[in-house]
Amino acid sequence: MLDYISISGGLLYTAFVIYLISIVFFAATIRDKRKEKQFTLVNKLAIGTTILGFVAQVGYFITRWIASGHAPVSNMFEFVTFFGMMLVFAFIILYLIYRIELLGLFALPIALLIIAYASMYPTEISPLVPSLKSHWLYIHVTTVALGEAILAVSFVAGIIYLIRQIDQTKITLKTIGLEIIMYSVCATIGFVLITSTFSAMDYNASFSYSVDGNESTLNYHLPAIFGPGDGELLTENRMEAMIPTPEWMHGAEAPRKLNTLVWSLLIGLGLYLVMRLILRKRIAAAIQPILKKANPELLDEVCYRAVAIGFPVFTLGGLIFAAIWAQEAWNRYWGWDPKEVWALITFFFYAIFLHLRLSKGWHGERSAWLAVVGFTIIMFNLIVVNLVLAGLHSYA
Amino acid sequence: MNTITCNTCGHLNKEGTTICEKCGNPLDNDQKGKLLNMRYDGSSIRSKTKNRSIIDKIWNFFSSVKIGVTLIAIALVASALGTIYPQQMYIPRSVDPSVHYRDQYGITGQIYYQLGFHNLYGSWWYMILIALIGISIFIVSIDRGVPLYKALKHQAVKRHPNFLKRQKLFGEYKDYSVDEKKLLISKLKENRYKIAEKDGHILAEKGRFSRWGPYVNHLGLIIFLLGTIFRFVPFMYIDDYVWVREGETTVIPSTNQEYYIENQEFIFETYGEDEEDAVFEEALQNNSGPVPKHFETNAVIYQDVSDDIVGTEAELEEIKRGEIIVNEPLKINGLALYQDSYQLSEFESMSFKLHETTDEEEEAIVEFTVDLTDPKREYKFENGYRIELNKYYPEYELDDGQPRSISNYPRNPGFVFFVYGPDIEEQEASFLAIGQNIPSGDNQYKIGLTDFSVRDVSGLKVRKDLTLPILGLGAFIFMIGVIQGMYWQHRRIWIHQGDEKLLIACHTNKNWYGLTKEIEKVIEGTSFKMVEDQENKQKQD
Ligand code: HEM
Repeated sequence: MLDYISISGGLLYTAFVIYLISIVFFAATIRDKRKEKQFTLVNKLAIGTTILGFVAQVGYFITRWIASGHAPVSNMFEFVTFFGMMLVFAFIILYLIYRIELLGLFALPIALLIIAYASMYPTEISPLVPSLKSHWLYIHVTTVALGEAILAVSFVAGIIYLIRQIDQTKITLKTIGLEIIMYSVCATIGFVLITSTFSAMDYNASFSYSVDGNESTLNYHLPAIFGPGDGELLTENRMEAMIPTPEWMHGAEAPRKLNTLVWSLLIGLGLYLVMRLILRKRIAAAIQPILKKANPELLDEVCYRAVAIGFPVFTLGGLIFAAIWAQEAWNRYWGWDPKEVWALITFFFYAIFLHLRLSKGWHGERSAWLAVVGFTIIMFNLIVVNLVLAGLHSYA
Repeated sequence: MNTITCNTCGHLNKEGTTICEKCGNPLDNDQKGKLLNMRYDGSSIRSKTKNRSIIDKIWNFFSSVKIGVTLIAIALVASALGTIYPQQMYIPRSVDPSVHYRDQYGITGQIYYQLGFHNLYGSWWYMILIALIGISIFIVSIDRGVPLYKALKHQAVKRHPNFLKRQKLFGEYKDYSVDEKKLLISKLKENRYKIAEKDGHILAEKGRFSRWGPYVNHLGLIIFLLGTIFRFVPFMYIDDYVWVREGETTVIPSTNQEYYIENQEFIFETYGEDEEDAVFEEALQNNSGPVPKHFETNAVIYQDVSDDIVGTEAELEEIKRGEIIVNEPLKINGLALYQDSYQLSEFESMSFKLHETTDEEEEAIVEFTVDLTDPKREYKFENGYRIELNKYYPEYELDDGQPRSISNYPRNPGFVFFVYGPDIEEQEASFLAIGQNIPSGDNQYKIGLTDFSVRDVSGLKVRKDLTLPILGLGAFIFMIGVIQGMYWQHRRIWIHQGDEKLLIACHTNKNWYGLTKEIEKVIEGTSFKMVEDQENKQKQD
């Protein structure tokens, strides 16, 4: 049993490293100065290693399934990792259709970041409560992840399109929008960096505080910038909390979550500023030149195509299978809980995307911005709804 | 009705037509050079032509995509607002919402409550919003679907050269042989195009069915929305709840007293009892309480077969028995019983004895047992003692020094007993609860707990939902429709046999990249050069 767990962990790590290598190959295809588009050795290596990494990750998935006895999509770590895997899968499919290397150069780092992000959550195998024991759960969760991943490729195509097309000679709302996206990436990297650094140091500071009148302790794994409202530090030789968490943030773990968020944003800001100093221009402006060769028409097409392919998959998984499962588990196919509502919002949003594009001719830049907003909604549902809305209201 | 006469073929077209139905000549003479708008093949759309009566105005309102998208956007924003704070159904049932939102979330919570957002999805305005979207989908589908259907059904093979010249993908060929044209057509056939020919003009078409995708998916949505309305028809939908104690038989609510359920046994398992749970050890340790692994009710269902006269005793006949497990409901006659929750070790009965307060041996003067689900008010004994159950709190709690019961379930019973006896002047009162035994004043007699029995209670949801098949059908049709419209494309290639030139134009409703690749494949091996993308050319010029 335990053996499968370590094999599984090893395979995930292998996949991670192989993806890193494929990114290097994809970068090499871009540097290729030849004008004619050719499918050369580098291209083969790039997509070949991507597929290899994907296979390794599938291996991780299967061995973990054997070890735990249920499909490993039942907690944050497992689900987000699976989402990363599906993103690679969706990229492979769209690459095979369109043969755009740039897509890989952007999609793979995002997938890597997602997997790294996932590993910051507790990775132990957890048991299933009875209502989760249903095939429909697996079918639902895996289909949602696939659908969201395909939709995420539309974001990737959209962002490449925007960086290539948007005029960087002056500051506009558009350039600011792009920089906000770049900063969000930095903040995510910041989260991974700070969390893994302090967890390597085994940092732990306990605070005692009261929730709804009950004494309770809260363990921090990062130095507390924001501490619990009336908290008292229990662990010795640890930093005292600098600022108490505002009153209106309810929920048992709200102070710690706020603290982690603030840390991530700060480190992200640091990273972003350092990059700006080194590059001496906006980050998107620095990326722009390498995208010269990209064909904007084709990127626009991929952006739309990914939505066209992903929308039915998402609807099937996120709404229909979800409803079937909810009907089985709680005998109500729909319960208006935040997670469900945000799936509906995602559905509405992409329906709007499709109608604007088809009937109102929203192509190119507008459509690319919509793809960015769509991805934001998906990430919001994945992260904020899980951690904040559910956490604040404690009905996860 | 106004008509437009085509100046090349003389055909009378309906007002609003932009491409002559018969010959395909563009009717917008002034816009030469610009690419044709191929939406609905240039046919006349009701909402774009009529705007006189009030019905026209309403029709036009609902068939506007701008309005439709706006409605969906409003629904999107409204839905998001509903997730800021928990909806009423997710706050504890015992609290008053008007107080809860203010207490928990402060001033914003109070505003949230006062705007009615705590029950957003069941509010009349949210429902009207969804209904408007439904009406819009219905009307827009007729508005565009009918003309599109007619246009595609009657489309002519021969199209006016101007029609071809104003397509996005277009090519003109001077020197070609008849054989090569034949080769081209056979290659189109190889790529599964349907070929129609008239006087040497060709129309090659594939995937027309995908054009109906939006209409099929809109139909699915309408069926689905109708299904949700049927929920308000009483016999279509039942949602009730029943608690059954082990060994007890109770009537199933919402069945007109027709069905009864007996709970023979309730089984409950937690993680950590089995060896196979070893993998979860770490996670279990991080969890404060035991994690439930499995629970089920062994149930027997009875039907009352007595005559339907008020007051007659029920005559129960067993009709079904089986386990009710989470995710595996027991079904009778369209009604499903779902395992929902449980109450472990609820008290069934408690036994007491009466003894003299000073007696160290605590020798029983009288003994009695209180049935906690149906307690007697009085217990009389032959030796002259009488005990009155003056107050009974099934789930006892002290609220500001005052005892009260939180529920009617004997989970933490509390009692006030009055003892009467030959040597007691008036009566002696005692208060008993678990871990508490409070006599009033200096009582001569004391009541002590001797024994108790417990049992589990199973909480079952009673559900019937005849709208499910309708919803399922709607969802199914919706999926067919989106897949049909998204995973296939409608591609057409016109080949116009001019006097000396051959004109080729191509159109697809989406996925131009795929069409371009396909045409490259088709012309491979012929001397035809690739058709040009006129849109790109215009941009570059
Ligand atoms: C949430 C509700 C809706 C969903 C999920 C939905 C879904 C769709 C989909 C998937 C398409 C095909 C788009 C494409 O091929 O790119 C479509 C087309 C269309 N929808 Fe909707 N729709 C909805 C509501 C509406 C509403 C309210 C209107 C009213 C104005 C509308 C009008 C149209 C029109 C005009 C088309 C194009 C039809 C054609 O070109 O033949 N839809 N819809």
